[in-house]
Amino acid sequence: MSTLSEQILGAPAGEYVDREVDLAFAHDGTGILAREALRDMGVERLPHPERIRLIFDHIVPANTGTTATLQAELRGYARSTGIELTDAGGGICHQVMSEGPVRPGMVVVGADSHSCTLGAFGAFATGVGATDMAAIWASGSTWFRVPETIAVRLSGTLTGAAEPKDVALTYVSRLGMEGATYRALEFVGSGAAGISMDGRLTLCNMAVETGAKTGMFYADSTTVRYLEEYGVSVEPWIPEDCRYEREIDIDLSGIVPLVALQHRVDNVREVEEVAGTHLDQVFVGTCTNGRYEDLARFAGIVRGKRVAVRTLVVPASRAVLARAIATGVLADIVDAGCMVAPPGCGPCLGAHMGVLGEGEVCLSTANRNFKNRMGVGGEIYIASASTAAASALAGEIAVPEVA
Amino acid sequence: MQGEGPAICLGDDVDTDQIIAGRYLRTKDRSVWAAHLLEDLDPTLAGRARGAVIVAGRNMGCGSSREQAVVALREAGVVAVVAPSFARIFFRNAINVGLPVIEAPVLPCTDGVHVAFDLDARWVEVDGERYPVRPLLEKMVAILRAGGLVPYWRSGR
Ligand code: SF4
Repeated sequence: MSTLSEQILGAPAGEYVDREVDLAFAHDGTGILAREALRDMGVERLPHPERIRLIFDHIVPANTGTTATLQAELRGYARSTGIELTDAGGGICHQVMSEGPVRPGMVVVGADSHSCTLGAFGAFATGVGATDMAAIWASGSTWFRVPETIAVRLSGTLTGAAEPKDVALTYVSRLGMEGATYRALEFVGSGAAGISMDGRLTLCNMAVETGAKTGMFYADSTTVRYLEEYGVSVEPWIPEDCRYEREIDIDLSGIVPLVALQHRVDNVREVEEVAGTHLDQVFVGTCTNGRYEDLARFAGIVRGKRVAVRTLVVPASRAVLARAIATGVLADIVDAGCMVAPPGCGPCLGAHMGVLGEGEVCLSTANRNFKNRMGVGGEIYIASASTAAASALAGEIAVPEVA
Repeated sequence: MQGEGPAICLGDDVDTDQIIAGRYLRTKDRSVWAAHLLEDLDPTLAGRARGAVIVAGRNMGCGSSREQAVVALREAGVVAVVAPSFARIFFRNAINVGLPVIEAPVLPCTDGVHVAFDLDARWVEVDGERYPVRPLLEKMVAILRAGGLVPYWRSGR
């Protein structure tokens, strides 16, 4: 009678375990640091290069000579060690890992805090620092403290223009930014089955915003069907009765479009309360909401109209981009007057392209609105793709219409 | 692995900003971090840190993930940190730099009382009273013994 984390890690909450890591990935930023740590550690040979992935997403394509040189070095390292590299343009690390590599029951570690996204498959997925990552590459394993679990019990179905992102903002505001520190979140209940894989990835992505180590769904028929599309066959995972440290209930049918106000993700209001707030930029993308369903929802609202504010759309991966091209979603987005940038993190981290100026206000579909994140003096509102679409058309924060 | 020293008592939720304030992070000089350890909480503390065991409250090391916090504690000569619970990244960082972190029940603490611990025998002793500690894995103790993750690997494990 164990939680999903306890089953995968094989020990009760609170214990320390040493576990083989099935997949260990890093991006262009943390990959460089892990490479340096390996050099300090004197490690030459990696026992399991096939379990490692490097994915360039943070600053792609490179913005300066320095970035380009560091990326070239890491590219060379991947080649010489046999590590599989997804180069610039392939997509955001968490999204690329969600397109086939991650399976239910795996232990997955990423050198990025949003690695919890991949718990959507019923894997134990969490983020670590670059030095930890280096040791994992060097040994193939690492230690974990098995987390206690908070259940987020979902019931009902989403209605109107409410999206999984609004559910994410709901639990983040209910738990608070430290409310689940060190815990795992398990999304359970009758409402879980109705949430798509893209939606589950959004929900698990924001677990870390409550301090959680990971967020997880049990693999079910939705998971099985999703992975089948990538040629991967897996079995559903039957939940055991277990005791949670705490439970919160969310009725999906009562959710309305929400927005997180600067500078805290748990500072959540109904969109209606801040409707009319002037915007300088709208950004649709990131590991939270740059997936195909997000782009399709956004396109469904802007189709045949013109955006009234600078709007940047960044698909989360090349596969997302390709599908948006094939279905005409991308043409709708471009025809509405939006800019489209290559797959990757885009302006999310404020490193290049789409950086905000002093006093500028952005509505973003990302996961963090910390002070100065997208540029010094910029303000960030966090919301769903539908809210982003309605707001882009209005040039100010606006409540999305029911589709 | 064993150790001992006089206690420095801290309360609940001591965050990494209190351990080493952001204004000292511009330098890479570790002795500066050690000199300003926990300065905003108690300006005399850095002077008493060498050889001491910190007995903290719940959620020790919460806040930002800055690795400088554990480095500051180690550089200041803190022997170990004992607490009923630790923030996750602080805990991992501490092991990685070779600073023993010990999960124990809430302990009665008075500044200066004698604290001793034995990680292999799984106990911590405060003022002559012995308490159980949560066992670490052998690998974690080996990393601590080596002085951190990098030396652990350099020495061929
Ligand atoms: S999209 Fe943003 S939050 Fe996600 S991995 Fe990239 S920088 Fe981090």
